[in-house]
Amino acid sequence: MTGASIILQAATRFLVPVLLVISAVMFARGHHEPGGGFVGGLIAVVALALNVLAYGPASTRRLLRLEPRTLLGLGLLVAVGSGLVGWLIGKPFLSSVWLGEGSGDSTPVTLGTPLVFDAGVYLVVVGMAMLIILSLAEE
Amino acid sequence: MGPVGEGPRLAGARLVGLAFGGMTCTCCMTLALVVLSGFLLALVVPWLPGLERRAPGWAIGILPAVLAGVLVAHAPDVMDGTVMRESYAWVPQLGVSLSLRLDGLGLLFALLVTGIGALVMVYSGAYMEGRPKNGRFYAFLLAFMASMLGVVLADDAITLYVFWELTSLTSFILIGYEHERATARQAALQALLVTTGSGLAMLAGLVMVGLLAGGFGFAQWEAQAVALRGDAWYAPAMLLILIGALGKSAQFPLHFWLPNAMEAPAPVSAYLHSSTMVKAGVYLVARLTPVLGGTVLWAAVLGIAGAVTWLVAGWWAMRVTELKRLLAYATASTLGLLMMLMGLGTERAMAAAMVVLVAHAAYKGALFMLAGVITHGTKHRDLRRLGGLMRTMPVTGALGLLALAGMAGLPPLVNFVAKESVFTAVWQLRWMWPVGTVVALLGGALGFAAAGRVAWRGFHGFPRKGAPLPGKIVLEELAGPLVLVAASLLLGIWPGLLNGVLSSATAAALGHPARLHFALWHGLSAEVFLDALALAGGVALLVAQVPVVRRMAAVERAARWNSERGYDLALTGLNRLAAWQTHVLQSGKLPAYLRTILGVVAVLVATTMIVRGARPATAAGQEIGFAELALCGLVLAAAGFVVRSASRLAAITALGVVGTGVALLFALGGAPDLAMTQLVVETLTVILFVLVFYHLPRFGPAATRAERFRDGAVALGAGAVLALAVLWASAAPLDREVARYYLQRSVSDAHGRNVVNTILVDFRALDTLGEITVLAAAAVGVFALLRLRIAGSQPSLKKADCHPAAPSEKGRQP
Repeated sequence: MTGASIILQAATRFLVPVLLVISAVMFARGHHEPGGGFVGGLIAVVALALNVLAYGPASTRRLLRLEPRTLLGLGLLVAVGSGLVGWLIGKPFLSSVWLGEGSGDSTPVTLGTPLVFDAGVYLVVVGMAMLIILSLAEE
Repeated sequence: MGPVGEGPRLAGARLVGLAFGGMTCTCCMTLALVVLSGFLLALVVPWLPGLERRAPGWAIGILPAVLAGVLVAHAPDVMDGTVMRESYAWVPQLGVSLSLRLDGLGLLFALLVTGIGALVMVYSGAYMEGRPKNGRFYAFLLAFMASMLGVVLADDAITLYVFWELTSLTSFILIGYEHERATARQAALQALLVTTGSGLAMLAGLVMVGLLAGGFGFAQWEAQAVALRGDAWYAPAMLLILIGALGKSAQFPLHFWLPNAMEAPAPVSAYLHSSTMVKAGVYLVARLTPVLGGTVLWAAVLGIAGAVTWLVAGWWAMRVTELKRLLAYATASTLGLLMMLMGLGTERAMAAAMVVLVAHAAYKGALFMLAGVITHGTKHRDLRRLGGLMRTMPVTGALGLLALAGMAGLPPLVNFVAKESVFTAVWQLRWMWPVGTVVALLGGALGFAAAGRVAWRGFHGFPRKGAPLPGKIVLEELAGPLVLVAASLLLGIWPGLLNGVLSSATAAALGHPARLHFALWHGLSAEVFLDALALAGGVALLVAQVPVVRRMAAVERAARWNSERGYDLALTGLNRLAAWQTHVLQSGKLPAYLRTILGVVAVLVATTMIVRGARPATAAGQEIGFAELALCGLVLAAAGFVVRSASRLAAITALGVVGTGVALLFALGGAPDLAMTQLVVETLTVILFVLVFYHLPRFGPAATRAERFRDGAVALGAGAVLALAVLWASAAPLDREVARYYLQRSVSDAHGRNVVNTILVDFRALDTLGEITVLAAAAVGVFALLRLRIAGSQPSLKKADCHPAAPSEKGRQP
């Protein structure tokens, strides 16, 4: 993989940050517009996979910082943890809890456990895909 | 009376209060704490330092000792007939509660579990000294103790069953503790399969009785005992429960796991497999005697299984030469005696069973611990290699001889009292007395012969040539046997000490009050003559061993076709069946998988449509414009190209066109989320293909012409059936109720305008959690498969199938 074309490498340098920003936007706007943790995570995987093709798996691991397996477990923990918040205050498991809900004003609430849950989905998707892609690339 | 129906919150406060208030306050003892403290300590123990030394054995032994003390403090109340009860809501929706009670029967068993538990912990400190990872050992030993306390203190069938299986699980782990040895692993698996398998039968029986009685509480069962015994379902339910009890207590024909379980370290054998866990079956039978006992069937099953086990296992105890296996057969033999006495069910038989139980726990626990000491000292545990232990290890030898005297039933040890009680019980049977007496005489003689053989071959005379000199023996190794032998002597000389505890235990097992009076010497009664006869028989067996064994050779040969052989055959057969069906279903060829999946789906959907009389209709109200038609044409053309392409790269690219075209159709149809995801997935699929490109087999028409026609037919058929199904489904009037619900609630309840997303992360978040868990599991599976292949240890496919002519791979083949 080290012999990748210079065009691919140059384009990747430019595309990876752009794709990661798109991924973040997709994730963040998901609750109101098309998007969300799943597709956001997939776009991040596309960016990282591009990096694998251009610069190899070792470079991508450095970029990722955390082991894909760790991301996978972290994602599941975050998702379960977001469900526990509602459970701990006496609602059924995975009930949503919102910041500022019930305070009476009409501002739309956007911060709550569903966003945290979606972040868990995002992490699981990235961890899953990168675990497979990196294992295949390192074969 | 104890706290009945106490809420969990109050109980929690009590637990905390007790933990901070110190253990001295027994007035506020809760049975839950007695059971749970072992589990709690088991969680902490592995993190303690210095577990490879001897001292932790003393420290950990404090817990069972304290628990025993607490129980002793409550003994006077229990013996007066007070029954402590506690109940905590567990799964209230199913009417399941965690119910505990302390009555005479529970007290006797709990005292054995905690008392011997303390001695075994101290002994473990010495036996396990210097081994790494002892934390696990103590943790599981403590977890076992807690589970066993749960069994004997349970007040309802579900609680009992859960703790029962926990003892099987901890036993499994402890038998296989030295898991580096294949024999230990096999023995552990065998014990697990037999005890949990019979446990499942027992669960079925318990549930049946629970349904008949309308609840799972033992008190409720006892109240309805007469109705239960008269029910048509009584016999199957009772037999299923007895299978569990007989399996757990190593009764014929499920006895074979116990001798093999001797792969466990000596403390485990002394604790689980002689004095406590294997008696769980006996306990269950005693506990349920007031509910299910007293019928002819009950007496016949227990009497026959018990008597056969008593004699068969007793015979093998006299035959095998490996010290621990010998003791294990002797244990199974005694358990058989206990089962037989339970089956007889008279007050005398029940009383005899209780004193046999105590006596056996004392001498057999001591013998197993001493067997460990002997193995440590001489590096042997085979009678043919042992000898002269009295000379080389005088203290161990003296204790061993005393314990063996107990096993043989000699006065003044407590087992002599027990044997007298057994003779009383069988002698005073109404019409079964001749059979019972003969069985008891034979059993007594076999027990004496087995003990005598160990004493003669192992302890008498001189050590065998080349036997290593025993190393230093430490106090901790002998403390347990010393206490148990002393207890045997003390209780033998003053058996009256047992009157109170055993009376209340017998009363609980019989369901009516009982007053027992044990004595070492009753005068010249029939029992004394019977005992003398049994001893004479034992001596005769010992002296005439060789000719007797020769006479029995044919029987022993026939016994090779026993239940253990059946177990082996069943296990091998099951493994073969699994291998065969895996081979058939998992060919490892992706085209075969696809063909199966598509074919099955097509056939099932088509059948359903035909049966339901589906008439494919054109989807009404859907505008099909130029863009849709153009996309469909593009997708079809690309699909056709994939099938005809001679180049893999071109085929992959064309597949990408198919996927992208479908994604665009989604976008046109008003599903932006779906379209977006589909597009990204398409991109990723192409990237994955690039990554595995060099590892794929050579591209080309691998199949014959006929096979390609078959594949084409399956593909076209599946496509056609699914297209018709979609048309049929969209022609039906759609129930918009669900969609309307989500559309209305999305903003108000989930604070989001993207309904798809609010469904995913809020309304149906549990589904999503399940899906991402599946994703994670699949990823770990792929990772493991790739790792295995790289390591080259277990190539799941033939090399030729995987990567022929892959130049990059060839240089790396190991």
